[in-house]
Amino acid sequence: MSSREAILGRIRAAISREEAATEATEAAEACSGAGEHSSLGERSYLAAEVLPHERHDRLVEMLRDCRAQVGRVSESGLAAAVHRACQARGIERVLLPPGFPENWLPTGLSLVIDDGSTASLTPADGVISTCSLAIAQTGTIVLDGGIGQGRRALTLIPDYHLCIVEAARVVNSVPDAIEKLESAVAAGSPLTFISGPSATSDIELVRVEGVHGPRHLEVLIVE
Amino acid sequence: MQVSLFVPCYVDTLFPETAIAMTRLLERLGLEVAFPQAQTCCGQMHFNTGYQREALDLARRFVDVFAGSETIVVPSASCCGMVREFYPYLAHQHDDVALATAVEEVAVRTFELSEFLVQQLDIEDVGAYYPHRVTYHPTCHSLRGISVGDAPLKLLRAVRGLELVPLGDAESCCGFGGTFAVKNTDTSTAMLTDKVANVVATRAEVCVAVDNSCLMQIGGGLSRGRTSIRTVHLAQILASTAEAAFGTTHVSV
Amino acid sequence: MSRFELPVVPFPQAAKVALADSQLRRNLNKATSTIRAKRKAVTEELPYWEELREAGRRIKQETMRNLDRYLLQLEEQVTAAGGTVHWAQNADEANELVTKLVRDAGATRAMKVKSLTTDEICLNDALQAAGVEAIETDLAELIIQLAGETSSHILVPAIHKNRAEIRELFIRTLGEPDLTDDPSDLTDAARRYLRKTFMDTTVGISGANFAVAETGTICVVESEGNGRMCLTLPKTLITVMGIEKVVPRWQHMEVFLQLLPRSSTGERMNPYTSFWTGVHNGDGPREFHLVLLDNGRTKVLEDEVGRDALHCIRCSACLNVCPVYERTGGHAYGSVYPGPIGAVLTPQLRELAAYDSLPYASTLCGACYDACPVKIDIPRLLVHLRGKVVVGRQRKGLRFDGEALAMRLAARAFASPKRYELAQALARVGQLPFVHDGVIEALPAYLRSWTVSRNLEAVPKQSFRQWWRSKK
Repeated sequence: MSSREAILGRIRAAISREEAATEATEAAEACSGAGEHSSLGERSYLAAEVLPHERHDRLVEMLRDCRAQVGRVSESGLAAAVHRACQARGIERVLLPPGFPENWLPTGLSLVIDDGSTASLTPADGVISTCSLAIAQTGTIVLDGGIGQGRRALTLIPDYHLCIVEAARVVNSVPDAIEKLESAVAAGSPLTFISGPSATSDIELVRVEGVHGPRHLEVLIVE
Repeated sequence: MQVSLFVPCYVDTLFPETAIAMTRLLERLGLEVAFPQAQTCCGQMHFNTGYQREALDLARRFVDVFAGSETIVVPSASCCGMVREFYPYLAHQHDDVALATAVEEVAVRTFELSEFLVQQLDIEDVGAYYPHRVTYHPTCHSLRGISVGDAPLKLLRAVRGLELVPLGDAESCCGFGGTFAVKNTDTSTAMLTDKVANVVATRAEVCVAVDNSCLMQIGGGLSRGRTSIRTVHLAQILASTAEAAFGTTHVSV
Repeated sequence: MSRFELPVVPFPQAAKVALADSQLRRNLNKATSTIRAKRKAVTEELPYWEELREAGRRIKQETMRNLDRYLLQLEEQVTAAGGTVHWAQNADEANELVTKLVRDAGATRAMKVKSLTTDEICLNDALQAAGVEAIETDLAELIIQLAGETSSHILVPAIHKNRAEIRELFIRTLGEPDLTDDPSDLTDAARRYLRKTFMDTTVGISGANFAVAETGTICVVESEGNGRMCLTLPKTLITVMGIEKVVPRWQHMEVFLQLLPRSSTGERMNPYTSFWTGVHNGDGPREFHLVLLDNGRTKVLEDEVGRDALHCIRCSACLNVCPVYERTGGHAYGSVYPGPIGAVLTPQLRELAAYDSLPYASTLCGACYDACPVKIDIPRLLVHLRGKVVVGRQRKGLRFDGEALAMRLAARAFASPKRYELAQALARVGQLPFVHDGVIEALPAYLRSWTVSRNLEAVPKQSFRQWWRSKK
């Protein structure tokens, strides 16, 4: 008997299941059946609906709470805002994910287009990306590898990450985000939830910002 | 109205003055007080230490002894909790359907003293007089077990002459935990030390609670430390009037 | 049980040693009270926190009741997405599997994301014995690995160490002679040291916080970014996961992503959470292996009451509110899982008799139950296990068991009012040699444990029932 069979056998004995459905399809059918009388019931924990402009205010507040820098700009002012942000940080070479809208970029920035290799990750001072969505309630940016976001390593290695959040991509709560991300997950895309720069409190519980991952996170909300 | 007293074994033996005070209090409030003398122990000590069979026997006994009692009042949140929460659990664990029915029936008639006064009788002012500086320790069973809420505080606030001082870190466990106090003496003592420190910091003369078990632990520490601070049960304060004082002769070393 | 595990010291003995460590006590008090306050703030701000807890409990309960089906669905989904699923019955099997996978990848080194599950099976020791270097990348785990110690807290494993000790350690082991003891500086040193490891190591090993059966998606929750490094940079990723971590549907993550960060670090959301499904072209590892671990979990599942311990999402909220844990720390529990959840999980995963002091390491105060995000009734589980310990001892029992004898005698006394009153009378008489001025300050034998630190009032001359009879 394989370990797989042994473990499944012990589980079934423990939960007193008579039939031995070893076929995955049977199990899956049973699961979707079980899913219908979902353990979630009426989902009585859902947050109250929040209007878009309140949502944006909340996002700004929560991002700042997470120690991210935040700015709000119009689309026409975006390139200039990106320029200012990079200048303030002394960022000259920027890693760029495939498909990042060029009209959002100022001139004069040295761009490193990601070619999927490890080598392309290291020379840049920072990375600029779009996002899949942003969660107002928690100040969270979510990346799903879509257009302008790039592979996961891109927004991980450089020390500065500038993320552009379009107004329409701001959702109110975690349940809203999970719902919107379902299709990306079903398509097998990896997701990264980012809530501020990395941190640790492992040494005497003193919070230190920036361990691995970008030590500086900046967000521009395009309204 | 008639009430039957359920007097925990350790109260009957070590802290009879609690039950005496409760008797006098309830009589003063115009209730007819009965004491089914066949009662012994609710079985909590056995249950909590893992001796379920013995606890089950005691549960059966309890149900028989109090079969004819309309209303049962007990000066202990932990013993009340044993009857209300764990008797049904015991009965179901042992597949004793008859017992399960019987305990459910007795559970709805069983009340801890402070919740009985405030929630059942709708009384907060029992006409008590207790001119002392007092701090209140919410026992874990009254706080999280049967959730008496702020019933004890409401009662204390209505006592004439009583100066109530808040206890720091009040919701922290005193470290008694039944046999824990002797099986894990060192940890129990560490917890007690912090509780005593918080009590002493209030500069109160008296520490009150609804469970004599916790008071035994806290009082034991207060006494060993020669703090002079006394422990009294809520019943003793509520029973005290200008004419008759309960819990002032309960002097610490 | 893995052959690398150390023998167990009974809790009361281990606790006594820990209680005397003033640095540990101070650090624990600071850590737990800080996180307690943060947790309180972020849970109280949600008006539907109780509804979330109930949803979490129900999802976990549903999962355990159909664990086989969800594991099969998970396996199917992960496989369809290009991953490989392995099943390990125990620690040794899991360790052999992982070692082989590392060797097959042509590596002699693997970098690890903090994983309690891998600590449980002593994976690092097994890898080392097989000539594979396992590098911990989580800061606290790195600290204790370099120091050759074990974790004392699920969330802040190095809480027992102060900054000066860590500075000294880093100077010695990281080759950084000019370090100050400022936590920022120390963290920077770790960042520099690990950067090269992240870029060069071809095998990553992680645990999993959740695994969604419906989609085959694994979830890792972290703060530092070392998780993201280990999950995306190496060519090969191996995830070791306890079978109880599976969650039925993607939608269920909306509950757990709210329960976990608020309960563990007291944040609305932790810095980084990663989700991945099998392998994804052009992004991340080219090979993904999921090792499903039993190692006693199916044994826990057999106990209809005890199995609730499997609902645990490893947030450590119970540790932070436990008055016992706050004073003794994690080492006293002698297990990878300490505190209230450890006291009910470890004796069930292992041999109950070997850990029979753990279910008693509690006053049953209930603070853990209040704090648990998935509403595990830990006090009830503790009492349930105490019952099993007693029955186990009775079954074995030839040795003199003083406690059992005392309990039997007490039960006999309580069985009849006459015997009960006789026992009361005996106590009144028996105490006489020990009473001075109405107080007992020293008692012999077993009862000495009380008077070692507390006084006891003398048994009054008249019991309540005697008073009742005299008055009525």
